[in-house]
Amino acid sequence: MRKFETVEAVAAPMDMANADTDQIIPARFLWRARAEGYGGLLFNDVRSAADGSQKADFVLNRVENAKAEILVADRNFGCGSSREHAVWALSDAGFKVVIAPSFGDIFFNNSFKNGFLPIVLPEARCAEIRAALARNPGARMVVDLEAQEVRGPLGVNDGFGIDAFEIDPFRKELLLAGMDDISFTLSQQGAIGDFEARYEDAMPWV
Amino acid sequence: MARTMFDRIWEQHTVLVRPDGATLLHVGRHLVHDGSRAGFRALAERGMTLRHPARTFGTPDHYVSTKSHELAAIPEPNRREMVSALAENAAAQGFTLFGLGDVRQGIVHVIGPEQGITLPGILMVCGDSHTATHGALGALAFGIGASEVSHVLATQTLWQSRKPRAMRVTVDGVLGAGVTAKDVILAIIARIGAGGGSGHVIEYAGSIFRAMSMEGRMTVCNMSIEAGARAGMVAPDETTFAYLKGRPFAPQGEAWERAVAAWRELPSDADAVFDREVWLDAAEIVPMATWGTSPEDAAPVTGAIPDPAAAPDAERRDAIVRALAYMGLEPGMRMEAIAIDRVFIGSCTNSRIEDLRAAAAVARGRRAVVPAMVVPGSGLVKRQAEAEGLDQVFLAAGFEWREPGCSMCVGMNGDLVAPGERCASTSNRNFVGRQGRGARTHLVSPAMAVAAAVHGRLADVRLMKEIG
Repeated sequence: MRKFETVEAVAAPMDMANADTDQIIPARFLWRARAEGYGGLLFNDVRSAADGSQKADFVLNRVENAKAEILVADRNFGCGSSREHAVWALSDAGFKVVIAPSFGDIFFNNSFKNGFLPIVLPEARCAEIRAALARNPGARMVVDLEAQEVRGPLGVNDGFGIDAFEIDPFRKELLLAGMDDISFTLSQQGAIGDFEARYEDAMPWV
Repeated sequence: MARTMFDRIWEQHTVLVRPDGATLLHVGRHLVHDGSRAGFRALAERGMTLRHPARTFGTPDHYVSTKSHELAAIPEPNRREMVSALAENAAAQGFTLFGLGDVRQGIVHVIGPEQGITLPGILMVCGDSHTATHGALGALAFGIGASEVSHVLATQTLWQSRKPRAMRVTVDGVLGAGVTAKDVILAIIARIGAGGGSGHVIEYAGSIFRAMSMEGRMTVCNMSIEAGARAGMVAPDETTFAYLKGRPFAPQGEAWERAVAAWRELPSDADAVFDREVWLDAAEIVPMATWGTSPEDAAPVTGAIPDPAAAPDAERRDAIVRALAYMGLEPGMRMEAIAIDRVFIGSCTNSRIEDLRAAAAVARGRRAVVPAMVVPGSGLVKRQAEAEGLDQVFLAAGFEWREPGCSMCVGMNGDLVAPGERCASTSNRNFVGRQGRGARTHLVSPAMAVAAAVHGRLADVRLMKEIG
């Protein structure tokens, strides 16, 4: 996993609450191997018509968002199915961060396992930032994990600003180090073994 | 300090807590399925093996054909490979598999309780969001992603950065005739919203859940995720113990007595404090159906499609407009005027024997006027239904009778709803494209699904008299 470094990139606004993982990556693509890549399939059925032609009005099809790495979304982003492919599709399409008022829990957890950062900001701020991006298409924002800040384009106010965000310390540590949690878990074998012995004693029927 | 059932299970599974609060939890039992291939691949890439084969159980469900359970009946090699990979992983890693051809095969969330794999008081996980189902037995059960699956396979543990909050949904009173567990959970989601349970574990409490069968409780807990909740659970009681006793992977003999004694200690203390409380009156719940593209878009079948102009804010207005455009519906239209093209009875929400009995009771002596299919939740459910003659009732009413699997709930096996087609479905998600590209889903109970099949439109099952 890559280390998560400060992202300074185009941010794309998506005004759609409850963007579920079936829309982010339709179920019919899920048998594909991870190595095949999912970037081209991100929001496949939302961004293209049945004949494969791209819908010009879909936000991620707009020319200014071609290189977007930050998505500013609406509440309950990534709700629904547990498919980690939703994170893979966003990540493979070049995104590194999604900012939203709230997330589907499983999507949120899956994100960190892939070096991908989901940021929760208040609903009103997300709406203001999306509106600012609509007025300033192609605007570049900064996501600084070390400082736990989202910043608007330098010298542009217009609804942007500096927003602090919260992140669990363990997750921050792993993202910055580019590590997943399994290595740390394996270093805790003693505690795991001790626990299992106690557990089997207390609940031998499991 | 007073504690909730959720607190107890969480504590009893806590291996360690880091100074920053991250908690490592032990997984009591782990379910895998044919969509878990990525988790096994990640395990293999690290050169690791399964830590606890005896705590791991698998069955193929997402990719299996419902026309035949011959592996060769899965037409595409890629899908067939998902199913065969599970069997190969089971053989290589030594966990229990209920494979194709085994009468115990079925939808993973149906066979867990059915086999007694799901137990009160354990932490249970599975790489599928509807794992919440198992909370019906008083387990703490939730869905995880592929990376977490590989973590559990390797270590039988899972990290949780923070403990979810506790929410209690209480429904007191008595449910009216024709009102089912499915209607209850749709009414709850309509009330609290698709994100209403976000970050919470829901405990369902109140007289209707005490009176509800295990299978009804499973339907309710199953859709907790559709309210955004981490998990849903119901305190175990005599109904739970009677359901579990004698099931193959449940404790037997002296261990059973010991387990039941421990399970009786699980329910939340009377003075336990929940972070959020919601109350519904059972008398106000009627048969429900969804009209939009989120499970929160549910309304009484006797009601009408909402008018976006009356929405509380611009965001909700836009969401309704978008949903109605996708669904091809007009504001103000009566729910019962919605014409249906196809009916699906099945899925981890509603494919158990009681669901099939409820559906057959309405189908008996009637005839579906649109294509309709019934997909039992497991081989054992299918066998039981056939022993009761339910298959003959469905066949006589013009329904197809299929082999067990996830089928048209998610369409990963090719059982799809055609673009623009409108399906009354007993499944759990009416998302855009869920049942197929351009497919329009109306979520309903099994009895309501049959009512839709015989009328060719959404219909109030309470107005239908039982025939012969």
